[in-house]
Amino acid sequence: MRVKTCLAASSKVYMKRLIPGPLGLVFLTMLSLGFPSPSSWSEEKPFITLASTTSTQNSGLFRHILPRFTEASGIEVRVVAVGTGAAIKNARNGDADVLLVHHKASEQKFVADGFGRKRHPLMFNDFIIVGPDEDPAGIGGGTNAPQALRAIARAKALFVSRGDASGTHKRELELWTIAGTDPSAASGAWYRETGSGMGAALNIAAGIGAHTLVDRGTWLSFNNRQDLAILVEGDPRLRNEYGVILVSEDKHPHVKTKEGGAFVDWLLSNAGRAAINDFKISGQRLFTAME
Amino acid sequence: MDTFLDALSAAFALIFAGDADLLQILSLSLQVSLSAVAIAVLIGMPLGGLIAIRRFPGRQVLIVVFNALMGLPPVVVGLGVYLLLSRSGPFGVFGLLYTPTAMIIAQVILVVPIIVSLTRQTLDALWREYSETLNSLAASPAQSLVAVLWDARFSLITAVLAGLGRAIAEVGAVMIVGGNIDSVTRVMTTAIALEASKGELALALGLGIILLLVSVCLNLFGHGMTRLVTNEATQ
Repeated sequence: MRVKTCLAASSKVYMKRLIPGPLGLVFLTMLSLGFPSPSSWSEEKPFITLASTTSTQNSGLFRHILPRFTEASGIEVRVVAVGTGAAIKNARNGDADVLLVHHKASEQKFVADGFGRKRHPLMFNDFIIVGPDEDPAGIGGGTNAPQALRAIARAKALFVSRGDASGTHKRELELWTIAGTDPSAASGAWYRETGSGMGAALNIAAGIGAHTLVDRGTWLSFNNRQDLAILVEGDPRLRNEYGVILVSEDKHPHVKTKEGGAFVDWLLSNAGRAAINDFKISGQRLFTAME
Repeated sequence: MDTFLDALSAAFALIFAGDADLLQILSLSLQVSLSAVAIAVLIGMPLGGLIAIRRFPGRQVLIVVFNALMGLPPVVVGLGVYLLLSRSGPFGVFGLLYTPTAMIIAQVILVVPIIVSLTRQTLDALWREYSETLNSLAASPAQSLVAVLWDARFSLITAVLAGLGRAIAEVGAVMIVGGNIDSVTRVMTTAIALEASKGELALALGLGIILLLVSVCLNLFGHGMTRLVTNEATQ
């Protein structure tokens, strides 16, 4: 009987209480939020998607330069920051209009495979090897990166590797090859592969007192250094060059060639180069635009 | 300890300053997760209800499958939705990747199993009590479903809150399908991950405290509503 009265009473209750119960909870909250809110959902402004790296995002470069481009062109730039390997994969899938990464060989392959028209050298800074300031491997003040890596391996001092196919990770592996040392046998011992972004890897290195290879931009803007200090810098093999590529509409016809091209042109223009060059943290320039 | 104190002060500074970025990120978090839960309720409650009141071959298997899916790793769901929505994927033409819509789709997939399983469990008990009466009234399956869902509506708030907790706290799926794009798809959890990766641990933890406060408010709202309506009903 209870059920019958309940069924009968349902409609009345429904009217009286504005759908109480779980649905009511959801609907009321949605109403109060004004769902769907037009401002964040519609696309009033033209935009492009930029596939880029955690090192450029974590440094704060994009926050500095992108508003200037948007002001000049009216085009919004949406940055998806992942490792260089993942960024290239996203661009190959057609999920980005412009690619801005830092591993020249992979970038050239991307262009050779027909996914991009041309690779433009954009800017550079350098990698550094950081480690605990008590310097267990005795490499402090050195300028020879492969030699320093050999010393770290000899001392079995902790080393954090990105391990995520990013530009920084690829460079680290190249340096190990030059050093003639294969750290993979020590994986899990003194060689720790984290599979994480630059900042996360630095957090880990700081937490366990390990060495790691890091780009100077991320290092300067990183705020949790604890006992980490720069141990090796100035090796020409530590140069870190970024390239920019417009994704080709031959492979992906939906790519916004006009807007993406405008962005690449702006980056390479005097205005774009000036924006890159005057991005500084505590007086230090993080990236230098190429001539 | 310093970081915890800094985190608290960062949280309060952001709240009292009414930080515009924070409000935007917070409101996107709520929009995405509440929409996902609303859609998951519309799908999951009828489905869970039907599994509770109907007997059909494979029903036990279905129950086990939905229970197991409650433990779906968000990063796997994110990857699956990414592959579907990528321009190279089957639904690429819609251009949904890196939009809030993609994030809602991923969270719906995460929340539906929770709503289905908890609804099914809640209604199982009720159905044992009601089935005879409803059958004797010759109620159709649809009428029976409406009747049990309606009578269990206050208990089902728990299912909604559990789903909301899952949605608003996950980072793995929205990071992959949303891309954590500033002002477009950045939500509380991806902002926390970003700040942590910049070494801004106090700010990251401060954002976490704010997310927790919002979660408490939503749960208080749900709890308060249950109490209010059940009190009225018993008077």
